[in-house]
Amino acid sequence: MIEFLLMIIKTMIVFTIVLAHVAYTTYAERKIIGRAQARMGPMEVGPHGLLQPIADFIKIFFKEDIVPIKAEKFIFQIAPVIILVFTIVNLTVIPFSRDFILADINVGILFILASASLSAYGIILAGWSSNSKFSFLGGLRSASQVLSYEISLGLSLAAVVLMAGSLNLKDIVIAQHNTSFGMYALPQIIGFIVFLISAFAETNRAPFDLPEAETELVAGYLTEYSAFRYALFFLAEYVAMYIMAFLGALCFLGGWTLPRFVTEMLPFLESVPGIICFAMKVYGFIFLFIWVRATFPRYRFDQLLNIGWKILIPAGLINLLIVAFIKRFV
Amino acid sequence: MIYLIFAYFCLSMVGITTMALTRKNPVHAVLWLLLLFLHVAVVYLFLNAEFLSMAQIIVYAGAILVMFLFTIFFIGAKELSKEKRYIKLWEGRLLIGLAMTAAAIVALSKIKTTFSGKYTISFIEKTGNTYAIGEMLFNEYSLAFFMVGVILLIPMIAVGVIARKLR
Repeated sequence: MIEFLLMIIKTMIVFTIVLAHVAYTTYAERKIIGRAQARMGPMEVGPHGLLQPIADFIKIFFKEDIVPIKAEKFIFQIAPVIILVFTIVNLTVIPFSRDFILADINVGILFILASASLSAYGIILAGWSSNSKFSFLGGLRSASQVLSYEISLGLSLAAVVLMAGSLNLKDIVIAQHNTSFGMYALPQIIGFIVFLISAFAETNRAPFDLPEAETELVAGYLTEYSAFRYALFFLAEYVAMYIMAFLGALCFLGGWTLPRFVTEMLPFLESVPGIICFAMKVYGFIFLFIWVRATFPRYRFDQLLNIGWKILIPAGLINLLIVAFIKRFV
Repeated sequence: MIYLIFAYFCLSMVGITTMALTRKNPVHAVLWLLLLFLHVAVVYLFLNAEFLSMAQIIVYAGAILVMFLFTIFFIGAKELSKEKRYIKLWEGRLLIGLAMTAAAIVALSKIKTTFSGKYTISFIEKTGNTYAIGEMLFNEYSLAFFMVGVILLIPMIAVGVIARKLR
């Protein structure tokens, strides 16, 4: 019983911290993009606009929830819940530090890939059930995008699994720490780049945010959604961004550990807690997500699919071959 | 307790299949199928087959069912067609019924109550399920495994040829 209560408390801690991070990521995004475009970003609510996320939340929570009359009502209402659930459930298998993990399962990476592929249903169903052309096209685009980039994401992670010899995220970090580089991003630089680009496409972020391209599709699958259900989609997108950042930090940058050659050069870094190392790496990824959004224009849809099938998948296969050779002969 | 959970999953699988078969709207039927695949994945977990369970979700729920949805969307089938040759075909019903009965009889006659051979529960718990599957696929069944790969390659080539012809 005590164990069960402890589990609930741990889960609540993780969810609260991640959701607070999500709220302030929206603030950071607006600030960083503002600075990138020589503006100030939000400044009115609180000092330097620090209370802006809370104001936004209150506003969106009290708006009217509109369901279009021709929509498929039940599926329309459940689609944002599907996508949020299958995104947020990934937090259970992420090891935040050496001994803080909610569920230490043997197939952690596969679990994340599985729920990523299931969350695509939320988007497809949202597009279909809205009964609107824009939403439908957005949903179809998103489905083909997620299906194509899942393959390259899987290939880059397969190389990591091959190198570490385990599907457990904790074992992957430990195996990484025992190599001479200390992180897989250095020997598997091709795989790391493939992973990064696929992560942008999997989370439907700019420059691959075609499912919600304003210039062509109004807001894609989000067109008919309003108020709280719109907020759920928004939340799911940012949690998915964090999941990809966690995955990148764990599989390629050594998670909560620092490489051996760094701690030998600067011994005082040994005393840094693992959770802070991990958080720094994740913040780096999140900053990259925002920075890319501020910098790159959107791709065209055929360009997107060409990048996925003609460049990323062959590059992922080559990376897998190289890693297999390294594993066998070095 | 564990038997109660197992019983729940088995019974609800039967119920979900009935729901999937009786839906008028094909998209709703596909959604019930999605629920069915998730339940099947949980039943694999009861067999200590965590790799198979995740593969079930990734391959069936994540890829194949999305393809089903795509097909339904592109055909634009709002309701299933009610032509006579689809719904009133007694030869078909008889054939499918006989085939299902035969499959059920064969399956029931092959039930094993204990594990025999090398792959016992203690062996799998020691080496890990994923490792055991890899070992078995690439050593004992390597020829069959490569043949499946070649068979799956053929439709890919065929699709490429058809797409090139259309262009």
